Amino acid sequence: MTKKDKKQRLVVIGNGMAGARVVEEILQRTPDKFEITLLGAEPYGNYNRILLSNVLNGTQDPTDIFLNPLAWYQDNSIRLHAGVMATKIDRDKKIVTGQALKKDACPYSNEKSSWVHSPPLSIPYDSLIIATGSRPFLPPIEGCDAPGVFMFRTLDDCTRIAEYAKNCKKAAVIGGGLLGLEAARGLMTHGVQVTVLEAETQLMKAQLDHEGHRLLQSTMKTMGITTLCDKITTRIERKNGRIEKIVFKDGETLETDMVILSAGIRPLTELATASGLEVKRGIVCNDRMQTSDPSIFALGECAEHRHRLYGLVEPIWEQARVVADIITETNIHSEYTGSSKLGTKLKVMGVELASMGITEAQGPEDEVVTYSEPHRRVYQKLILRENKLIGAILLGDIQANDTLTRIFKEEREISENRSELLFGEPETLSLTSILEMPDSFQICNCNGVSKGQIREALRTKNCTSVAQIGQWTHAGKGCGSCKNVITQLIRAYADEITPDPSEHYYVPGIPLEKARLVSAIKEKELKSVSAVFKELAAGREHAESKAGMASLLKSIWNEQYEDERDARFINDRVHANIQNNGTFSVVPRIYGGVTSADELIRIGTIAKKYNVPMVKFTGGQRIDLLGVKKEDLPKIWKDLGLPSGHAYAKAVRTVKSCVGTDFCRYGLGNSIKLAQTLEHTYQGIESPHKIKMAVAGCPRNCSEALVKDVGVVAIEGARWAPATERRDPGAPEARWAPATVPSQSSGTFEAPEARYERWDPGAPEARWEIYVGGAAGGTVRKGDLLCTVDNDPGEVVKRVGRFIQYYRELAQYMERSYTFVARIGIHRLKAILIDDELGLCKGLDTAIATAVKNYEDPWGEADFPKYSIQFKGPKHVEPQKKVN
Amino acid sequence: MLSHKKRLINMAGKKICLGPLNKIPLGLGRGFLVDDQEIAVFRPRSGELHAVHNICPHKKGVLTEGIIDHCQVICPHHGHKFDLKTGQGSEAGEKIRIFCVWEEKGEIIIEV
Repeated sequence: MTKKDKKQRLVVIGNGMAGARVVEEILQRTPDKFEITLLGAEPYGNYNRILLSNVLNGTQDPTDIFLNPLAWYQDNSIRLHAGVMATKIDRDKKIVTGQALKKDACPYSNEKSSWVHSPPLSIPYDSLIIATGSRPFLPPIEGCDAPGVFMFRTLDDCTRIAEYAKNCKKAAVIGGGLLGLEAARGLMTHGVQVTVLEAETQLMKAQLDHEGHRLLQSTMKTMGITTLCDKITTRIERKNGRIEKIVFKDGETLETDMVILSAGIRPLTELATASGLEVKRGIVCNDRMQTSDPSIFALGECAEHRHRLYGLVEPIWEQARVVADIITETNIHSEYTGSSKLGTKLKVMGVELASMGITEAQGPEDEVVTYSEPHRRVYQKLILRENKLIGAILLGDIQANDTLTRIFKEEREISENRSELLFGEPETLSLTSILEMPDSFQICNCNGVSKGQIREALRTKNCTSVAQIGQWTHAGKGCGSCKNVITQLIRAYADEITPDPSEHYYVPGIPLEKARLVSAIKEKELKSVSAVFKELAAGREHAESKAGMASLLKSIWNEQYEDERDARFINDRVHANIQNNGTFSVVPRIYGGVTSADELIRIGTIAKKYNVPMVKFTGGQRIDLLGVKKEDLPKIWKDLGLPSGHAYAKAVRTVKSCVGTDFCRYGLGNSIKLAQTLEHTYQGIESPHKIKMAVAGCPRNCSEALVKDVGVVAIEGARWAPATERRDPGAPEARWAPATVPSQSSGTFEAPEARYERWDPGAPEARWEIYVGGAAGGTVRKGDLLCTVDNDPGEVVKRVGRFIQYYRELAQYMERSYTFVARIGIHRLKAILIDDELGLCKGLDTAIATAVKNYEDPWGEADFPKYSIQFKGPKHVEPQKKVN
Repeated sequence: MLSHKKRLINMAGKKICLGPLNKIPLGLGRGFLVDDQEIAVFRPRSGELHAVHNICPHKKGVLTEGIIDHCQVICPHHGHKFDLKTGQGSEAGEKIRIFCVWEEKGEIIIEV
């Protein structure tokens, strides 16, 4: 191997959030440029330190907060030295010395006593990155380096605190900042009484003003956490080795069993200082994040940039990108210029607090807007300068936070009406608004992931879930508040990604989407469900796929379909709807909701004869006999002499109707006649899901036709035209020739002829609007207007049939028309079903006519059961049937 | 295979004849009431026999009315699934009792 081919050696000191992040950024740019070695003083892979408070309060398991599992290091050929602290950098020889730490050693301590007595590691480097982070600040308190006093910085700290708290009744948290309050809330879940002690005059000095502090203090009080300010701890006193009390500068004391120190952080810079790098408060870096030695970079909490230190993730992610750009030479002009627009959120259960920018006006020109609502413990404050937002505090109600954060970061001009900032329509990220945002628009503020990066991951990695997006980009893995937006982006870019094919299988057990499945079934002439499993699923039956297959095969083969009852859902085996107690409901067909006195008397008599527990009118203008035993089903059907209403099936169910021109003084069209004709024609036609219909005789829409799968509404203004001009030349004219609608009031039922009686051409008749895709169940949707038909109910029946057939052929199993119509789009449906752009109409009309012709009333099985036990309940077995 | 199964079963419980196998159509199941126990016997198209407690632990759905394949039954009420060989349910904490069942000279024999 020549020297040129040899990989450069990159050593990263620090396996925290910054160290691992910069390695990820580098690998994304140049996966093969470096041979990478990572040194981490903690004995783990890298984890999300922000979520430590969730581990302490028990809402997350330690394993949930790991960012990169150990396998990630292996997969990327990164040599990880976990539990090894870098002790020296020889900048001349370019060698880092590392010392293994003892088990349970404090990773941020500098004491040599925690080193393992073994020869140090020597790791040569070409480039070096320092990301040592920081350690908790140890305030000058007497007795704070003994048992019972804890820091809150690492996963091990969390475990130790939780363990020790088991034997404590009282705990004191020294430090009333963000982390201190989170720790206090976490301790509560361990059953200790917590007091927070703050040396300053208020809590969260960096994020709150005094008013906000007072409200926060009272909110914490209601949660059972006492907070004391202006309390400078000078001494921790012990008795018999255990902490007894804390002594303050003012002489007062507080009894406690344990102490958590959370009084800020200090950069870990000893290594840099010892190696001769320039160090002030942190390791001094230029805009390229280089230290005073250009071959050594630094980032994260240990780095000082333009006199500033950062302890939040957002700026650190930015620094990581710049380091990666420079070190991989993918963008040598990359620069970090500092982060001034920072916001934070408090992650304390029961407290809503967000803050950004400054907390107090800094001069008379600054404008302050406040809103306070003591009852709900809400306090909101905005600070404005030159018509821009420069600071905000939201306490108790942070709904406006997302909008305000954007206004703040983008330095937007704000409205004259300041109250809109807090109470205006929240700037919800509608799909359109997300799509309009530039690719650089940041979606995940915790991990600094832009819209463009998410889109890229969707395209190249075929991500289909928020979790997968998170795996590739880390988006959504911080506070999680951007997950909704990510879900929307996944949907928005759905067309651009290669989806998981199994999502589109017609049934889960056969790996084919509907069109391919249909052509395979036709080609191989598969006429039964078992034949389909045999040929297309290697003989493997799949219970969940059976009913869908049965429905599809019936619609493909009509009378040639080979029925197998084990493939049907129970309702379709016995043509009744199973109820919660195992009985069934019987709903006879009542065309258009019109019955007769004789029919009602008969139904009533039968209900008495069979002791039907409940007789109820349905929402579909029919009568339901509920609580019928399976054994009684065939007898009831025979006695009723009415056909099945299919109230149990994925098929055409009922056609509701209003009174229409028969009696209604508003009636414009003969809705009853049209409804009955539609119902006679298409009754029981199997489809991907149920089809509910209605006809309304005027636009008052009393039969609720606008929210049906198919709804027909009569409107004023029919133009009469001779029948010959109204018909499509290719349509099967004969199907709709004049005939008589059979009466359903006779005692015995005859299969109805699906014919439509033409109106007298001279009589006034309505225009009919046909709506499709309406719904008024769990989903409410107004149907879309498919077409308007002038003065020709026969044409209405034909077009409705065409739509039903198209739905049968194209919809997924269990896809209701409201999803189907929305998915295809009404304009497309008009083009196909009305303008016949694809030349499908004739075929659709013929296919639905065949299905109509082959309709049989399933209640005919009353006399001819399909299998021996079709209408039998459980069999009693006598004990004497015992065998030996 | 069957004899081995039988031998295991002989060690406990009693054997009861449930009647002719061909009374259960292929691919379907039938409910039996044996000493107040509600038992579902299924006869998948793949040929084997399975017997389980007939009541879904979720909301007392009757499992014999469910759709089956060679290894599972789907409760007709809310679609909870149960493994016919182990009784293990698809929902956490749901499991149904299973019984040993086999065919002998065209008859269904069950061990209860």
